[in-house]
Amino acid sequence: MKILIVGGGMGGTILANNLARRLKGELSSGKAHITMLSASDKHMYQPGLLYVALGRMSADELYRDQASLLEPGINFHVDPVEEFNLDNNNVKTKSGKTYDYDIIVIATGSRAVPENIPGLAENSINVYTEQAALNFYQTINSFEGGRIVIAVGVPHKCPMIPPELTFTLYDFFNDRGMGDKVSIHYTYPIGRLHALEPVANWMQGEFATRGVTSETLFNMKEVDGDKKVVRSEEGSEVEFDLLVAVPAHKGMEVVESNNLGASGWIPVDKKRLNIEGHDNAFAIGDTTNIPISKAGSTAHFEAEALAENIASMVKIGQPVRDYDGKVFCFIEAGKDKATYAMFNYNNPPDPKPPTKSLHWFKMAYNNLYWASARGLL
Amino acid sequence: MAERKVIDARGSFCPGPLMELIAGIKLIEIGDELEVLSSDKGSASDIPEWINKVGHEMVSTTEEDGVWHIVVRKTK
Repeated sequence: MKILIVGGGMGGTILANNLARRLKGELSSGKAHITMLSASDKHMYQPGLLYVALGRMSADELYRDQASLLEPGINFHVDPVEEFNLDNNNVKTKSGKTYDYDIIVIATGSRAVPENIPGLAENSINVYTEQAALNFYQTINSFEGGRIVIAVGVPHKCPMIPPELTFTLYDFFNDRGMGDKVSIHYTYPIGRLHALEPVANWMQGEFATRGVTSETLFNMKEVDGDKKVVRSEEGSEVEFDLLVAVPAHKGMEVVESNNLGASGWIPVDKKRLNIEGHDNAFAIGDTTNIPISKAGSTAHFEAEALAENIASMVKIGQPVRDYDGKVFCFIEAGKDKATYAMFNYNNPPDPKPPTKSLHWFKMAYNNLYWASARGLL
Repeated sequence: MAERKVIDARGSFCPGPLMELIAGIKLIEIGDELEVLSSDKGSASDIPEWINKVGHEMVSTTEEDGVWHIVVRKTK
């Protein structure tokens, strides 16, 4: 049985390693083969970009060699897929090779597209690439004061980034003795401060304590860099001295160019994770159109469920479990405190008051992540 | 004939039905409709609030066995 994993990010890597351990005997005997195709020989710990943007991690701490993270027996190639032929069970890659498969998993992730809002890319900072995070730090490091506006596109990766940016930027400038020179105005696309209602309610009190102002039902339409205003689809406009964006995201271009899903999101069954119309093709992580958070933990828990199912398909010919929609997100709350939100399709989150111990656990997880990627945690 | 696409946002606590609608409405043509399925009763009020504020059109809101079916039409 040939298993092909396209994408070497968090979801693809956890899946490959989990699967390799479950199928150790089958890999040794030649009954199963696992191949991973990725666009890069490096693996980035994406949540670390926030800390790079704040000057608390260096960019080189975010990377490991992808091959070093993979279990023995996984065939790894840096050769991105350009053509998916799901009806014929093969893909074609940039190098010109064709890879046949019995089971395919697409885990190609997503990308921020600030260029889709006129004026946004040129007039804002964000934390979604290494270069953007470095530019973010240089910008806030030289910011002399004024009004910071946080503006959020839909959909975006990591739902906790809007509050985390707000709280950590507040601390960043207060710790520098610039609290009286900097004000923060937070905007959000829906009618409360966060998608998760308990988080939104908690943020209200935190904002009041810090003097952070806010405007809800604010969806970016355009940014005027000369007048330094951001205008919303809802008809309002907000002045800024520094615009901090959480840009909208899309799936990868190869998904769109192969007509696998509008805006690069592949339609999948939200429990079995198979691509609509296919029993042997799956997608996990940001790549899917499932209406849950685009977050590393989503990819992680989907990968674990799918690894169990694919291993069962190899061993007994059928899957054995559903993905239950589990998501777990840390929330950096500022002042070296953090909390978390955990939920699934049937159980809403119930975040607890932030504690210092959870912040330090998150800091530890920034390194423990590499054990997660190896499928050990 | 206007097309109608369905977003099944049942069990979506985050980003939630309204955020799914905001993302989904970018992907349809003017005149087409979106039907959002939501298990959150708040959707019956917060989706119309956004639709009215931004200037699209509410078509219908119905509830069946704890699932709200909210249909909107893109107007611009």
